Amino acid sequence: MKRIVFLIPLAALFLASCAGQGPTTLTVMTHDSFAASQPVISAFENANHVKLVFLKSGDAGAALNKAILTKNAPLADVFYGVDNTFLSRALDAGIFEPYNSPLLAQIPAEFKLDAENRELPVDYGDVCINYDKAYFSTHNLPVPATLEDLIKPEYKGLLVDENPASSSTGLTFLLATIVHFGPNGFLAYWKSLAANGLVVVDGWETAYYTNFSGSSGHGPQPLVVSYASSPPAEVVGPITATSESPIGSVLGPDTCFRQIEFVGVLKGTTHLALAQKFVDFMLSQQFQEDMPLQMYVYPVNSQAKLPESFVMFAQIPAQPARMSPDEIAANRDSWIAEWTQAVVH
Amino acid sequence: MDPATLQGSRAVEWRRVLPWLAPGLFLALFFFYPLGSILWLGLHSALRGGIVAPVFLPTAQVFLFTVYQALLSTLLTLAIGLPSAFLFARYTFRGKSSLRLLTAIPFMLPTVVVAAGFNALLGGRGWINLGAMQLFHLAAPPITFVGTLGAILLAHVFYNTTIVIRLVGNALSHLDPRLDQAARTLGADSRRVFWRVTLPMLRVPILAASLLVFLFDFTSFGVILLLGGGRFSTLEVAIYLQATQLLNLPLAALLSFVQLCCTLVFSILYSRLVTRRPVSSAPRPADTKGRPARTWRERLFVGGIVVFLFLMFVLPLVSLPLRSITRLEADRAQHGPVQYGLTGAYYLDLFQNPTETIFYVPPFAAIGNSLLYATVTVVLSLLLGFPAASALARPTRLERVLDPFFLLPLGASAVTLGLGFIITFNRPPLRLVTSPVLVPLAHTLVALPFVIRILQPALASIPDRLRQAASSLGAPPFRVWLTVDWPIVRRATLSAAVFAFTISLGEFGASSLVVRPEYPTLPIAIARFLSQPGASNYGQAMAMATILMAVCGAGIVLIERLRLPGAGEF
Repeated sequence: MKRIVFLIPLAALFLASCAGQGPTTLTVMTHDSFAASQPVISAFENANHVKLVFLKSGDAGAALNKAILTKNAPLADVFYGVDNTFLSRALDAGIFEPYNSPLLAQIPAEFKLDAENRELPVDYGDVCINYDKAYFSTHNLPVPATLEDLIKPEYKGLLVDENPASSSTGLTFLLATIVHFGPNGFLAYWKSLAANGLVVVDGWETAYYTNFSGSSGHGPQPLVVSYASSPPAEVVGPITATSESPIGSVLGPDTCFRQIEFVGVLKGTTHLALAQKFVDFMLSQQFQEDMPLQMYVYPVNSQAKLPESFVMFAQIPAQPARMSPDEIAANRDSWIAEWTQAVVH
Repeated sequence: MDPATLQGSRAVEWRRVLPWLAPGLFLALFFFYPLGSILWLGLHSALRGGIVAPVFLPTAQVFLFTVYQALLSTLLTLAIGLPSAFLFARYTFRGKSSLRLLTAIPFMLPTVVVAAGFNALLGGRGWINLGAMQLFHLAAPPITFVGTLGAILLAHVFYNTTIVIRLVGNALSHLDPRLDQAARTLGADSRRVFWRVTLPMLRVPILAASLLVFLFDFTSFGVILLLGGGRFSTLEVAIYLQATQLLNLPLAALLSFVQLCCTLVFSILYSRLVTRRPVSSAPRPADTKGRPARTWRERLFVGGIVVFLFLMFVLPLVSLPLRSITRLEADRAQHGPVQYGLTGAYYLDLFQNPTETIFYVPPFAAIGNSLLYATVTVVLSLLLGFPAASALARPTRLERVLDPFFLLPLGASAVTLGLGFIITFNRPPLRLVTSPVLVPLAHTLVALPFVIRILQPALASIPDRLRQAASSLGAPPFRVWLTVDWPIVRRATLSAAVFAFTISLGEFGASSLVVRPEYPTLPIAIARFLSQPGASNYGQAMAMATILMAVCGAGIVLIERLRLPGAGEF
């Protein structure tokens, strides 16, 4: 008798899990940082009589790994969030269906990294060094302008960076230094940085909120590896002509690295036409204009307008570092291992 | 030896299997099946030459550090937890229940929040460093916290002391006091009573607590990643980095396999040590609440530990609610002392969704979801834990074989298991990956070993002759259970329920399993705020963390207050 009682909740859970599959549901697998506004999502749902479900599956790497592992029975119809550091890996796994969206015409060629259009660019952002304006003005110290400046003694102990083994932000900055100093020279640079009191933490949250002096944590370091789009978020109160962000970005040669994020239709989807419509939607002006304030990224669609706070406080670097996805994929593991040997141990 | 095991007929054997059916089925389906699938997939491709880099040396390094830090952490946790367990079991003092509650709260706080708490206290611009700099006129902060082994050990002690307090304290408070009294009558002084009577009887709960603490430290993940500053790596961290950052599944599977084998060895050792019949005990008479400290030595003991626990637990915890109501807007022109001001804005902000994001988490919905998951976890783990613990209380060879397997979920890599769920429950009829029921199921997996460990000694301590006496006086089975078993196991059941509840509330499922954003929990809401820049987001994260602490505290108080009418004083 008791034994049967034990099985009831299990059976109930089991039944609950089987029921409730709606008529047409389009599932979008993505990383934890994905965000969009309700009116924009509803507009797509109402226009296409579809219910959108977003499967947040961990950080960008974890989400991609889950998509690759389930390629025989895909969990979703569309995958958003592969960036240029993971692009080759994603394409090699063969999980995406090519799609020549008509909206690609509105996107500059510099963002289109996959010639077969299995992965379509959606947004971009620049990993940059942010600085705390107040620190540099009170200490009468010029803001560092180049990567070389950072190993000067006056900037000793001022920079906090993310470990590239655990953080995509940290990895991206490592790539910027490799572009600038070359695959044979970057380790020497990092050794000088480490000798100059570089602080390494696990991820962006810790670096920005705990160590950086320009944000809420009021930590000890006035320089942090973060994003060019962070300054608008630190403006307090309503925006006026005299508003100023307490932080800025260092926009020197190769101090920033461009990160591009992609969307693709997953092979094996049973809603191919709808999935393609959703990809079109993500590239359309409406969605593209919604992104900046939702995810702190820039639209790739040249017709999309930027919000006021981005125009006023976020700067786009003139010369961001770039590297081909193939080169990144071929070397990423060994670079991370070499970096770890040189800096952490 | 137990007379029941000596009979050993077929019928008896068959009846012994029955209690294992439900928990066994649960474990097989939701643990061994997904874990086996992912390990097979990984090891299979490893055997086909998937691993190219030399793996032996790095693996050995990681393994040694994992064991080293877990041993150190466990010893420190025992050094603090054991005196605290005695304090709570034997003495009464002002603020006892609040202090006890506070020691339990860290257990369910997400690592991000704990790290923030410690940083507010010990970080470069934390109170202690700022105070020391003012006091001794230092130019630089004297204490470096993040990136040291000390930070990792401190966080482990902070998290796990409650395990020792609960497990050992629970056993201590229902030891039969007549044994002490007998020893004293025979002329033993209090120190002799402690070493020769009390401590030997506590061997099993102390070992149980040590093993659980060790396993938690052994598989430590967030603490190492956040407070280690990238300089330290445990097996679990290495698995995570290989599986999700480097996408090297074969190596991740190999590391998971090593971790799992270690856990199995520890579990078997432990199981050998503890599945003996413990000393019989009776429900403790009225003095279970303890007594005030009388001699100066007792006062020193109580006072010292209370002060220590206060510094250790209350200060880091208080820094969070404090942070959620203070605005730290430095006057930007002069980068000097930070301007403090009180504000309720972060709490009000929680109720607003200025960017109209679809992932907006209304605070009450997050609380509701968290509580719902926690309740299902408590019910499920008690229903599955009771039969298993009852069987383990009267162990035969079957129990000795099965017991270690029920501890394994504690030592399995959450990342690996999460990937296992993804590949096994991704198609009908068990398309659970896209379903919210996976959350309480996963929580139950982690809570079950605790529930079993807590219930088993209590059930084993019930003298059979009490049951026999009740039956021979004509009591039907349920009445025997209600009047004999329940008063003895009631306290352990509540303790088990509290553990299951707190595990569920604090479990940060987002990193290991697919979570439906429509049903966000409090830890997920906190993580969402922390992943975006800006003072308002940070403040709201702290406000949500404070709400999580409050909900946890309220839940624990509520569960501990649940008593059957007429069951007497707790």
